[in-house]
Parts: sequence; structure tokens; C-alpha cells
Amino acid sequence: MSDPNLITVAEAPDVSGRSRSLAGDAWADLRRNKIFWVSAVLVVVILLMAFLPSLFTSADPGACALSNKHKGPTGSAIFGYDFQGCDVFARTIYGTRASIEVGVLSTLMAGVLGLVFGLSAGYFGGTTDAVLSRLTDIMLGVPFLLGAVVFSGRLSGSEDDGVWAVTLTLGVLTWTSAARVMRSSVIAVKSQDYVAAGRMLGASPGRLMFRHILPNSMASFIVVLTILLGTNIAAEATLSYLGVGLKGDAVSWGLQIAEAQDYARIAAHPLIWPSIFLAATVLAFIMLGDAIRDAFDPKLR
Amino acid sequence: MFRYIVRRLLQMILTFFGATFVVFALMFANQDDPIQALVGEKTASDSLRAALTERYHLDEGFLTQYWYYMKGLLTGDLGKSLTGRDISEMLADAWPVTIRLAILAILIAAAIAVTTGVYAGIRRGGLFDNGTLLMTLLLLAMPIVVLAPLAQLVFAMELRWFPATTTKNATLYELLLPALVLATTVIATQLRVTRTSVVENLRADYVRTARAKGLAPRRVTWVHVLRNSLIPVVTLIGVDLGVLMSGAIVTEEVFNIPGVGFNLARGIRTEDGPLVVGFVSVLVIIFLIVNLAVDLLYAALDPRIRYE
Repeated sequence: MSDPNLITVAEAPDVSGRSRSLAGDAWADLRRNKIFWVSAVLVVVILLMAFLPSLFTSADPGACALSNKHKGPTGSAIFGYDFQGCDVFARTIYGTRASIEVGVLSTLMAGVLGLVFGLSAGYFGGTTDAVLSRLTDIMLGVPFLLGAVVFSGRLSGSEDDGVWAVTLTLGVLTWTSAARVMRSSVIAVKSQDYVAAGRMLGASPGRLMFRHILPNSMASFIVVLTILLGTNIAAEATLSYLGVGLKGDAVSWGLQIAEAQDYARIAAHPLIWPSIFLAATVLAFIMLGDAIRDAFDPKLR
Repeated sequence: MFRYIVRRLLQMILTFFGATFVVFALMFANQDDPIQALVGEKTASDSLRAALTERYHLDEGFLTQYWYYMKGLLTGDLGKSLTGRDISEMLADAWPVTIRLAILAILIAAAIAVTTGVYAGIRRGGLFDNGTLLMTLLLLAMPIVVLAPLAQLVFAMELRWFPATTTKNATLYELLLPALVLATTVIATQLRVTRTSVVENLRADYVRTARAKGLAPRRVTWVHVLRNSLIPVVTLIGVDLGVLMSGAIVTEEVFNIPGVGFNLARGIRTEDGPLVVGFVSVLVIIFLIVNLAVDLLYAALDPRIRYE
């Protein structure tokens, strides 16, 4: 997509007169971007909540007493209690892990599929490209949630909490955008002079692909994956809400919202808090992706 | 144009069979017990097993099964749901209200996105522009499972501006809040595309010519620029339809609107495999047809596309 040489030339008149690398330029841009810092801090806090929930709350999310049903905020339970008398704050904090787990794993999976398909389609071109592009078209022909509903409904017959079923569903159905972006950047980079130089010096296709083309095609790919991470987290919540995502004893924002919604007339707080956390998490990743894109592709501004 | 249409149709046929195959494979492929997949965690009685085996030809090869599935789809025979109701009939009952909801949502989204997008594009870099960009970011980050229940809570239960749920024959007023919720899922991208293309078109030569002729600025913006800026927005209709379908499942469930999404959500919850597969297949076909129509419309509006 972006042309790295153009960007370097355009940004070259640096105060010190030294030319910086593409990544160096991008980092210099990012450091001055307030949106980047806001989203980065949010992401760090979210990751802390996911991996060390006990830092934020000492309560056990599974310890529920029906006597506390729908009670307002008290002491440590600053968000009050839900329908089953569980501490909403503790459950919301512990719910972060499921979202991040599913989000990160499914995005990694989509990333690997997108990388392999996009790189091969872009590099080899011809029949490989035609076949892979048609495959992408076909996958895009099934609106994401509709495919997910059929697929994870089928996988979720087992006894577990559904983390793997949801991860697999999201990974298999969301690699298309990553593959498309990777393909077009590879095609743009492939015709650069330094790739031709490498080829003339006798570099093997593998070396050309991984040493010259891939590193220079990563920028937009990483941006797409960051945004995908956000949307996959939202998708997990939606699937859990509909009853084909996480289930059983799993602590998840989508499940919390689904349960609390039935009692919203009586008690609104069990609905509001997980909603805010979910929206903030998705927002953090989408903002981060936006900020990185602006840094790597100044032409868009 | 003719060559373009032929090529698009050929691609469409491939995508059509591919996409329906994907749906079918997601449901049935590599399944130890496909009947259990269809009925979820319920136990299937022997008669139900026999009925499902006959319906989906489970005793035959995988490709034969796909053949019968396609035949059913194309002849409008979707079989019966686990509750015994005819799926085609359920779909026919559910359509009208969903279509009303979707049209209302599209009108609301287009009205807001286009006017706001044009103003933001004219005042690029200004306070209004940055404000709307921030708003679209917030909207993009709002999953429908957050928006729909919260909107119902705030505007229907607390403020009481709208009814919280709809009656059987949903009136326009009852559908207004759900349509607003549904519209917000597509406003952000529409607005951003309108804005970008207005910004680009404002710099075009024909705009300078129009201004040089002495046309009123308002006419230049709302006639010359807008007409050309809407072409890329048209292509979004296809993508947006997929987003709206997904959004309608949650929105109709939250607001109890007895439409297609509501039935699908119920089917998912009660683990009614035949109903889910039937509904999803029909929705996928509609999605593909609309996308084909949008592609052709785009080529008709913008001649450059035909020669790509």
C-alpha cells in the first residue's frame, strides 16, 4: 500500500539533516501523538487486568451470595452486585482475561493465515494469486457474524468454557482483510529497486521474500491486525451474548451483559459496567491502530 | 460494460457456490455426529434422528448432501425447524418487519452521514471536522451488544422517549429507536468515506471551473461535489448490508422485534440447527445478490471501474 521510499524522502528534511529509517520516522511521529499515548496507557492497564486481576480486586469473582442480589455499591464491591449476588467489579475485572485471550489468539491465527495467503498471492502472482483471491472473495461472501453463528454453534457441543471454539471461529473467519492488505503491500514492494537489486545479486526467493519484501510490507499489516484485535474482542462479546461464545462458568463481558440485560429495569449497574469496559477496550485497540497508521502513512493525513 | 457484466456474473457464480459451500461445510463437515450438531445439547429421539437423516441425506456422501442442500435452497424448500414449523413460512412471516427496520436504519444513517460528512469535508482540519472524526472513532468502538441494551436502558426505560419493546405489528415509532441503534453501526464508515471523497473532489478541476463560472458556492458543494462524492459511498451499501444483518440479530433480540434477526437469535439460543442453517443460507444469498447489484451500479456510475 504505502511506498516506504516516498515517505522517507518526504520526511527527510530533518533538523539534524540525518535521514531516519521508516520505523524511526514513525516512532518520532507517534511520540508526539496524544491519541497514541492515551490508547497505549489504556492497553497497558487492560493487559494488567487480564494477566494480574488480583492487583485490582481481592474479591473472588466466583464467590456469589444470593442475599446480595442486585445490591448497590458497598465497600470493596464498588460496582455493586448482580442478579446472582456476584461482585460486579470483580467479575468485570476478571472478565478482561477471556476477552484478551480470545482476542489475541484469534488475531494471531488470522494474522498467520493472512500473512501466508497474502504473501504467497502477492509474491507468486498468476494462478496462485487468482486462486487465493477467489478464496478471499468467497470468505467475504459470508457476513462475518452469520458464519460465526453457524460455526461456533457447531463447535460448542463440548464441555469446556468455549475459549477454543470462539478463537477458532474468529481466526478462520477474519483473516481476509489481513490477507488483502498484505497482498497489496507485497505487490507494491516487489517492484522496488532494492528487490530487483537483491534478485540480481542472486538472492534466493526465500531470502527475497523474508529479508527484503516482508519487513517492508509489515506496516499496514500490523495496523490491520491491531484494529482486528479490537473488533475480534467485540465479536467475542457478541457471540457470548447470543449464546454461542463463551459459556458455563466462564467470566466474560458478553455473558455479563446478556444476563444483566434481562434485569435492566430492576438494576442497571450490572449492565452498565461491563459495557463500559468492553467499549473502552475495543476503543483502545482501534485508536492504537489509527495512531500507528497515521505514523506509518503520512499521506493519509 | 457488457464484458464487465459478464465477468462479474461469472465471479458471482463462483462466489455463490463457494459461500454456500462454506456455510454448509461449517455446519456439517468433519462432524462425528452431525445430528447432535443440529440439535445442540438436547438428546435426539430416534424419530427425530431418522427425520434429520432423511432431510439432510446424512446417510449419503458429503457432496451429495451439499447437492440436496443447494437444491432445497434454490427451490425455496428450507425444511422444518426442530419445533416443527416450516422454515420458509417463518422466514416469510419475519421479513416485512425486518425490511422496514433496515430501510429506516439506512435512511437515518445516510441522512446523518452524508450531511455531516460534507460539512466536515468542507471545513477540513477545523473543530467540527476533528469533533466528527472523534465521534466516528467512538462509534466504531461501540459493539452492538453495548449500544442496543444501553440505548434501551437510557432512552426507553429511564427517559421513556421510546417504547422499550415492540408489539406484534411494529409501528414506525416503535421501530425508531432500534433503527437508530442499527444506523450507528454503519454511520461511522459512511461518514468517513463521504468526508474523504468530498475533500478530494473539492480539489478537482471541475470544481474550480464551476467556481470560475461564478456559480453559487452552495450549488457547487451540494450539486457538483456531492454528486461525485456519493459514488464511493454507494459501494459501501454492499458491505453495510452485512453489518446491518449482523446488527439486526442483536438489535431485534434486545427490542423484541419479531423479525428475521429475532428468529435467528431464538434459533441460536434453543440450538435449532435446521433453522439457523436455513436462515443464514438465505441471508448469505441476499447479501451476495445485493453486492453484485452494487458492483454493477458502481460501474454504471463511474466508467473508470469498467476498465480496471
